[in-house]
Amino acid sequence: MSADPGTQRDWPLWEVFVRSRRGLSHGHVGSLHAPDAEMALRNARDIYTRRQEGVSIWVVPADAISASSPDEKDAFFDPAADKVYRHPTFYTVPDGVKHL
Amino acid sequence: MTLCRRCAIRCNIERVYGNDFTAPSQVDAPAEDDPGFLALLDDEGRVEPRDAMPEAYRKTLVRQIAQHAHSEIIGMQPEGNWITRAPSLKRKAILMAKVQDEAGHGLYLYAAAETLGVERADLLDRLHAGTQKYSSIFNYPTITWADMGAIGWLVDGAAIVNQVPITRCSYGPYARAMVRICKEESFHQRQGFEILHTLSNGTPAQHAMAQDAVNRWWWPSLMMFGPPDDASPNSERSMRWGIKRHSNDALRQKFVDMTVPQSHALGLTLPDPELAYDEASGHWRTGPIDFTELFEVIKGNGSCNVQRMAHRRGAHERGAWVRDAADAYAAKRAARTEAAVA
Repeated sequence: MSADPGTQRDWPLWEVFVRSRRGLSHGHVGSLHAPDAEMALRNARDIYTRRQEGVSIWVVPADAISASSPDEKDAFFDPAADKVYRHPTFYTVPDGVKHL
Repeated sequence: MTLCRRCAIRCNIERVYGNDFTAPSQVDAPAEDDPGFLALLDDEGRVEPRDAMPEAYRKTLVRQIAQHAHSEIIGMQPEGNWITRAPSLKRKAILMAKVQDEAGHGLYLYAAAETLGVERADLLDRLHAGTQKYSSIFNYPTITWADMGAIGWLVDGAAIVNQVPITRCSYGPYARAMVRICKEESFHQRQGFEILHTLSNGTPAQHAMAQDAVNRWWWPSLMMFGPPDDASPNSERSMRWGIKRHSNDALRQKFVDMTVPQSHALGLTLPDPELAYDEASGHWRTGPIDFTELFEVIKGNGSCNVQRMAHRRGAHERGAWVRDAADAYAAKRAARTEAAVA
């Protein structure tokens, strides 16, 4: 994909997030090309919710999303690896103690 | 427990999903037999878009997903042929929904291919130039209404058997696209079965029409699973990579075992005098499959190859003004918004 929109051969890419029903958060379902946000929403409705799979759709320009790098995933997520005391199972509870 | 090895975080401020693939030459792509990569696959792990992966794995996936996407959109043609002549409003609405699904399936798959660093526009160019293929099954003509039934029952039935294992493909986006597609295909197969069942129980002429369609589509459907295992050189590598989960012959046998009893329920015969149930193995055994015809169709000598490609190129060219108009409209609205802000 060229950075220069003048030479772009396809419409911009949008990432699509669908809330499948009220009470659940939006989840990523895929992507599509569209010239603007309104068309992206309409296309997302036709592509990803033809069978009532959603009650709400978000479309986000793909290049507006910043992502962590997969190459760095160890270093990036390591800080959480040695903090088992963040989980309740880390702690010992005397026998017979309830509701803790 | 390990301490944080590096605290400097280098976020990748690139597109998160599609078209964000660093050019292969710039990546430290693992070798094909990289132990870490093979261990990930052996562990049933999934490869995601921005992971480093062997270049041959990436290329194999691009080729397979593109061919699959092309098949979905070319597959709209044989059925689109019957929309205006469907025998009732109900059948017409169903057929339109099915053809729309095929377009949607093509889009899911083009989007999945794009996560591997290719552009949809390029894949379409390659389809139009004939350098990428689509499934040969769509090069057969749909000459009667019963063909809509036979395609749904046999062609979509075979496609489902082929596609269900791909929902467990090692490449995440392809597997997720297949989950959606397989859910939708089951309606396709049932509506085809229903068309044939109605015709088979109709007038003698309708029954004969159904039988004729099944006679024409049975063998091509069996060939959708590809050449026999001993003549399928790339299968082993695709299975090693978790792209393919079962051999061509194993999938074909599964399809035959599912379909033969359904033909009995339809009251239609399958055009194979050697078809017989093998008590010992519990499988239905077909006669030998003549692949010479399939190879002729693959080479471009099927009855509809030229027509399908001409129609696809024509549709793309005739749709150019719609794409241009959408671009112009988006540009006009963006300029207005900019002016309002200023």
